[in-house]
Amino acid sequence: MEVIQTGLGELIQPPDINGFREWNRQKPKGLVDKRKTEAEAVHRLINDGDYIGTELYGTVRCPMSLTNEIVRQGIKDLRIAGQGVFELDMLLAAGLVKALDITYIGLELYGVSNCLRREVESGRVEKVVDWSNAAIAWRFKATAMGVPFIPVRSMLGTDTMKYSAAKVVKCPFTGDPICLVPALVLDVGLIHVHRADKFGNAQIDGISGFAAELARASKRLILSTEEIVDTEVFRSQPDRTIIPYYLVDAVVEAPFGSHPGEMCYLYRRDEDQIREWVAASKEPETTQEYLEQYIYGVQDHSDYLELIGPDHLQGLRRD
Amino acid sequence: MMSQTEMPGSNYNPAEMLICTAARLMTDNTTAFIGTGIPMLAASLAQKMHAPNLVTVFEFGGTGAILEELPTCVGGEATFHRAVAASGICDIVETAQRGFIEYGFLGGAQIDPYGNLNSTVIGDYYHPKVRLPGSGGGNDVGSHCWQTIAIMRHDRKRFVEQLDFITTPGFLDGPGARETAGLPPGTGPYRVVTNLALMGYHPESKRMILLATQPGFTVEQVLDFTGFELLLADQVEKNPSPTDEELRILRMEVDRDRLYI
Repeated sequence: MEVIQTGLGELIQPPDINGFREWNRQKPKGLVDKRKTEAEAVHRLINDGDYIGTELYGTVRCPMSLTNEIVRQGIKDLRIAGQGVFELDMLLAAGLVKALDITYIGLELYGVSNCLRREVESGRVEKVVDWSNAAIAWRFKATAMGVPFIPVRSMLGTDTMKYSAAKVVKCPFTGDPICLVPALVLDVGLIHVHRADKFGNAQIDGISGFAAELARASKRLILSTEEIVDTEVFRSQPDRTIIPYYLVDAVVEAPFGSHPGEMCYLYRRDEDQIREWVAASKEPETTQEYLEQYIYGVQDHSDYLELIGPDHLQGLRRD
Repeated sequence: MMSQTEMPGSNYNPAEMLICTAARLMTDNTTAFIGTGIPMLAASLAQKMHAPNLVTVFEFGGTGAILEELPTCVGGEATFHRAVAASGICDIVETAQRGFIEYGFLGGAQIDPYGNLNSTVIGDYYHPKVRLPGSGGGNDVGSHCWQTIAIMRHDRKRFVEQLDFITTPGFLDGPGARETAGLPPGTGPYRVVTNLALMGYHPESKRMILLATQPGFTVEQVLDFTGFELLLADQVEKNPSPTDEELRILRMEVDRDRLYI
């Protein structure tokens, strides 16, 4: 294939598809109890310098309890695939991010991310490579398919393409230019789901974003779940399983695990808490105070829920 | 948020004008890719006015939602409330990629005469003066939808001859450039809606052309607020003000909590 254009961006994680196959071959396939605390899961499965990805859309279904634990343990030099709002803001605020494959980091309704601005404009995030949203999802899809790249018609002709690590080639079938995005293999994926069993089978209600793709593109996968249910739930309705257990390394029970984000059909997002963060994130000092109060200063997720207050959380529940 | 160009004496604000103008561009029984913010309000208003069967399409999986409650983000429950399908981002963008989505509604920090949009950086890419959120779905919408409609605030810092970064493709550098780059033939920018004006694109040169002014603004004011040479339609129309009915629905039904307006 004739390469017409090569993006200037660095390939932060190479598409080692054969290595991924070997990894998947040795991954245990037995039905073992994978329930862990968030402290155990994060400590055992995430290392300094890992390439990680979170799955969510906007503030919906954010793996916040797991993210807060990463911040608490100070796991650093992280490389991250970034479509994020609240959880990536926390990692940026805590100075744990070294490199970003970014598509969107912002606060939606509340504007640009102050933490992203500070960390990128100061150069503390050492590498930033831009992609479109679908391009990142398709990079996961390529890995999920077990192929090193996927041809797409996004990004063509733009600076998004120019500064990415994609390539434009002449299509061997049509002769037209087409963009190839490389498979993105995650060291660790983090997904928050509605329900899972102790083995890691999981269901998501409502739209599923890119959960199916990210789960299948992760070497190690940590699930947090609103509730842990019996395996019979999956055996009786297997068409509802979006993540089968063998992809999963740890299952962490985390009611309100997306707080202050939302969980469709279960609870609304916490607008007051989000506004508190938006205000705090404006200055480095108040940002650190927020982290101190809500992350460093609490022991774990249940401690965090106590701090937010059971009555307040009840008020967020959908009827 | 758009008070600097608010028209004195009017009974509506610039955001409301913008939403009503965008809503009027939405057509019943068509598919429309809806981004965060103003497009959501416009789609909701359009469904309650003239386009009850507007098929809203949201990036993270909602197709055909009835917008009764205002979404505050692209993945919220409202984006698939009473929808016909709830899937995921690959399905949605692939639907656009295979030609199923007519209109795409977009925002951006900057736009140029060819309708290219910047939402990535202000200044040098490697040493940005301002690091903006990035493409998100913008580039995908601008690449695959048949016709894209940009919704912007109108000032000289936003309407610029040269972007610092082309995040989302418009007509790139002119006629034929999209096709040369490999983007799907027949796609591209269609309209730009601002608090001051409605614009389209010249059929040959593909440069932005002023089609209509918003109530209270003159052609000269629009040109003055535009940082590049804006072409003029043979007859520049005057957009009608929001009707009482539009304002009532917008305030009482679409954005009851005044999150945006």
